[in-house]
Amino acid sequence: MNFSLLADPLFRLPFLTGLTLALLLPAVGMYLRLRNEWVAALALAQMASAGALLAAGLGLPVVAGGLVAALGAAVVKTLAARTGESGYAMMMLVGWAAAILLVANWPIAEQLGHALFDGQLYFTGAGHLALALATLAVVAAGLAALAKALLLARFFPDFFRARGYHERRYHFLFDLLAAAATALATTSIGVMAAFALVFVPPWFAYLWGGSWRAGMVIAIAFGALGHCVAFALALGLDQPYGPLCALVLIVMGVTGAALCAARAALRRHGKPLR
Amino acid sequence: MTANTSAHAGAAAAPLLRLDGVMAGYATPVVGPHSFEVRGGDRLGIAGPNGCGKSTLLRAITGEARVFAGRVTRAPGLRISHQTQGFESLAGFPLNGRELLALTGAPARGLPPWLRGRLLERVGDLSGGQMQFLRLWACLMAPAEVILLDEPTNNLDREGVGFLEEVLRDLGPGRALILVSHDAGFVRRVCSSAIALDE
Repeated sequence: MNFSLLADPLFRLPFLTGLTLALLLPAVGMYLRLRNEWVAALALAQMASAGALLAAGLGLPVVAGGLVAALGAAVVKTLAARTGESGYAMMMLVGWAAAILLVANWPIAEQLGHALFDGQLYFTGAGHLALALATLAVVAAGLAALAKALLLARFFPDFFRARGYHERRYHFLFDLLAAAATALATTSIGVMAAFALVFVPPWFAYLWGGSWRAGMVIAIAFGALGHCVAFALALGLDQPYGPLCALVLIVMGVTGAALCAARAALRRHGKPLR
Repeated sequence: MTANTSAHAGAAAAPLLRLDGVMAGYATPVVGPHSFEVRGGDRLGIAGPNGCGKSTLLRAITGEARVFAGRVTRAPGLRISHQTQGFESLAGFPLNGRELLALTGAPARGLPPWLRGRLLERVGDLSGGQMQFLRLWACLMAPAEVILLDEPTNNLDREGVGFLEEVLRDLGPGRALILVSHDAGFVRRVCSSAIALDE
């Protein structure tokens, strides 16, 4: 164990890139969960990884490849809206199969493939951080603009339509934001770490949050804390970041959910947990 | 049948909404032809047996159902609020009552006392009747000139129905109500006019 690496300036950029994504992805996940579409995150991440690997093989920018593939997946998803979860499952399988085949048959894609599957955040540089910050700004502004429409369409669909609005337009815009965030995260922290940050913090926030606003704060704080702990453990124990990030988030989430259940049980018996 | 009804209370006001011989449905027509108009202050009840197309007629007004024949004319800039019967449970969502009302722009002022004190709780923790009333209130008090309510008394106890009746009778002169209900007594007590649809 060598936790002195935490003070090494070499790891500052990867830490900040991961932190930016840990603030961004849980917020996106809150809205994906609102629409029961959290599986979309995994589908988009798999498509992004395949796109990144293809770009690497062709000598093109990896992040751009991931972004184009994920945005393309969001467009296809909108066009095939009726397929619902089945559409995501298909995309997930296509992305996974394409990525594995590219890694197996294209030596130049092999190293990147390992980074994408292992979640090696340490290879990210200033470019990744700048892109992550820019994406955070765009997604935050986009979510602020779309939030009310997405919530209204979910909880008052008939009222929403009676006002002359069309859910599809708002959902498509949100899908583009989700695809951009997921693609960038996939090429920085790997497929499953990106998915874990989209899935676990909102899952916990939906259990604990007393309001939508509180839920957003809980999800974002949960993601940021999970990233900090996972990064410290990964560096100190010399382990890949991705799996540790997923495991830390799950341990935090399950522990929190158990506390939540205990609190509810005590409340039912008239003894509020203080 | 064709219901030719003018539900207006004041002859001077222009209609907010007018239906002329409307036949509506989805793949095929299921209701109509029907004609009526509503003006500010009107409270029009639509009664009829299950399956006669009452809800479809409301959806034709909002544009969700297909109009096969006839015409729906809305006043320029008309805002419609639509509450449908039956809704998905909100259990599991981190959303409180105040946030739910804010989505439609409905104020909390005027809510019954048994709901006013629970606005900061998660909506999923409310009873079925309380939830129904809160959603109803969100649509009823949203900024809108025409309010469409579909079976609003579902899940409400006697106290809730009584409170709703008072609110609906006092909507104000600039707003019109179109109410679908299987409860003929409720329609009679609340509405200023009514049409009955045949099966």
